Amino acid sequence: MNELTADVLVAGGGPAGAWAAVKAAEAGARVVLADKGYLGTSGATASAGTGVWYVEPEPEARETAMASREGLGGHLADREWMARVLDQTYANMNELAEISKYPFPVGEDGRQIRRGLQGPEYMRRMRVRVRRAGVRVLDHSPVTELLADGSGAVAGAAGYHLRDDRPFSVRAGAVVLATGGCAFLSKALGCDVDTGDGALFAAEAGAELSGMEFSNAYAIAPAFTSVTKTAFYSFATFYRSDGSVLEGAGSRRGRSVIARTLLSEPVLCRIDRATPEQQRAMRLAQANFFLPFDRQGIDPFTDLFPVTLLAEGTVRGTGGIRIAGADCSTTVPGLFAAGDAATRELICGGFTGGGSHNAAWAMSSGTWAGRGAARYAAGLGGRAAARPVRALGEAGVRPSGPAAGGHAEYVAAVQAEVLPYDKNLLRTGDRLGAALASLDGTWRELRGTLREDGAGVVRARSAAAMAAHARWMYNAALARTETRGMHKRLDLPEQDPAQRRRLVTGGLDEVWTRPETGALAVAS
Amino acid sequence: MIEIVSRDRCISCDKCIAVCPTNVFDRGEDGIPVLARRDDCQTCFMCEAYCPVDALFVDPRSHPLPEPPDEAALAAGGLLGSYRERIGWGRGRTPGARFAVGPSLDRAGAPLTS
Ligand SMILES: Cc1cc2nc3c(=O)[nH]c(=O)nc-3n(C[C@H](O)[C@H](O)[C@H](O)COP(=O)(O)OP(=O)(O)OC[C@H]3O[C@@H](n4cnc5c(N)ncnc54)[C@H](O)[C@@H]3O)c2cc1C
Ligand code: SF4
Ligand code: SF4
Repeated sequence: MNELTADVLVAGGGPAGAWAAVKAAEAGARVVLADKGYLGTSGATASAGTGVWYVEPEPEARETAMASREGLGGHLADREWMARVLDQTYANMNELAEISKYPFPVGEDGRQIRRGLQGPEYMRRMRVRVRRAGVRVLDHSPVTELLADGSGAVAGAAGYHLRDDRPFSVRAGAVVLATGGCAFLSKALGCDVDTGDGALFAAEAGAELSGMEFSNAYAIAPAFTSVTKTAFYSFATFYRSDGSVLEGAGSRRGRSVIARTLLSEPVLCRIDRATPEQQRAMRLAQANFFLPFDRQGIDPFTDLFPVTLLAEGTVRGTGGIRIAGADCSTTVPGLFAAGDAATRELICGGFTGGGSHNAAWAMSSGTWAGRGAARYAAGLGGRAAARPVRALGEAGVRPSGPAAGGHAEYVAAVQAEVLPYDKNLLRTGDRLGAALASLDGTWRELRGTLREDGAGVVRARSAAAMAAHARWMYNAALARTETRGMHKRLDLPEQDPAQRRRLVTGGLDEVWTRPETGALAVAS
Repeated sequence: MIEIVSRDRCISCDKCIAVCPTNVFDRGEDGIPVLARRDDCQTCFMCEAYCPVDALFVDPRSHPLPEPPDEAALAAGGLLGSYRERIGWGRGRTPGARFAVGPSLDRAGAPLTS
């Protein structure tokens, strides 16, 4: 066992975790960052790249930016949070330019265009900044459970060093969960590390989730590939295999037409509405978008190619750990959440789709969580490491009955309920109910027996986290008896004005959902 | 999925072992990385981006191909190291991020940059 201490432990090294670590360290904390993969390449941003909600601080531009998505998000976002995120994102993007020397493109007016980040470049530079801030980085070291003191306050975490094949623990004053969303091992670009582990840890500590019904993001990819970069499908036409146009199909709206068609026949695509100049710009903007084409000898602008939809779950959904304060604290003392691990409803309600908001949220919430955790840890005044602690992990590490393996079967059982379009995207009460019943059975069995030793603990915990997510998702989806944001109920296609409120979900063995009461004030 | 670790090109720098997010590689006895956990490969192309000598090839399909592609043919077609080249990594190259301005997607006419 490798035993470490820190003021702040950050779990996860995507953009949210990287910013949290930098800002906690700048606030004077001793910081350890542990990532399941490698800080710099791991997570959705590193391999995908993101557009960013970067808006000049001009009142009119800001107003337009805030108003643009409110309807799509089902009016569940909060103006104060949006304004804060716009401010913080603006500051962080400028730091990227000035401190990290990120090579932003330069526009015709000679000014840098700071509305997007190429994944590998961004996260490579964040790794440098994190290390220069004095943060101790543990790569290939997934966290597997939280530690708490006698009062229930979070006091560190335990995990496993995959490359040394030995466990570790970090006693810390505060913990930031920045473990990303949950994409159910669907092989969507960069997302297999995102199995929702942080939300499981948070729930075990007693934290709540919010927006879990908004967890059914599906992204277009060339069939059989991982590349879920979707922006350029705005220039595409979709076809049936007989060459006729698939009416109503589209990237931004009309993904459900694609899904419905894919249930019975292939869907073909051609990016045939882009001028040669636009085509050239696409190549410069997103090198990764073209990998499936160039490497399979397809010209996407002239050839028809088959497409599929890959589940991204909460990664490009908006549900996650519920935020209880302006510093991204949760309802559990000592526990903070950031990025996709946290709910993004505060700035985009029930829909994110075409991006920008999630990236802005990751860097903003990471900043606040890092500072908040540093402040909380400082408030403990050196007592942090002396507290007696207990480990909180349950499903997948401390089964209630005799232990057995089998994580892969549990993963398959969960995937069978959450990946199919006709269960998760094209939702009805009946189908959700049947899927939830099956998932409850999976959970009971898993909770009763699953445990794997050594590095196997990581896979067992991921399986448990996915099973928990699936149940939170469908429990919330059944509770929202209307259509709002990305949650579309075929049996209840109207928006119900009485349900214009967020839903809070929680629990593990018994899962519950209730309407949120009281507005979430920004105490600044 | 990761298809090729080129024995001819690899300089045993261990970079791919360090950076793979899903921990696919182990160091082989002869220093050439082996695909110890290939099923975990998430087809993210990161190892390719970091390999200093373009010794790796990730096929865009998420499943293993029945036969690995022919290395010489990939090299001849400019596909070995093509991702690293496009993102402008490597000595003497300009970061691709510098030129990453896409076509405008929205009515306001703002260019898409990522
Ligand atoms: C293809 C694609 C395109 C996208 N495009 C856009 C866009 O244009 N604009 C936009 O705003 N958003 C976009 N997004 C969403 C955006 O990428 C995410 O919102 C963002 O990456 C969230 O950052 P994060 O740090 O919370 O999570 P991630 O970047 O996913 O990072 C999570 C990190 O946590 C680590 N981790 C997981 N479990 C554990 C554990 N148990 N212990 C330790 N570490 C762990 C992972 O290894 C990973 O490094 C896109 C997503 C995808 C998939
Ligand atoms: S493509 Fe990604 S997951 Fe696969 S081996 Fe390379 S770095 Fe690892
Ligand atoms: S990064 Fe390239 S050169 Fe280095 S060990 Fe891996 S394959 Fe060999």
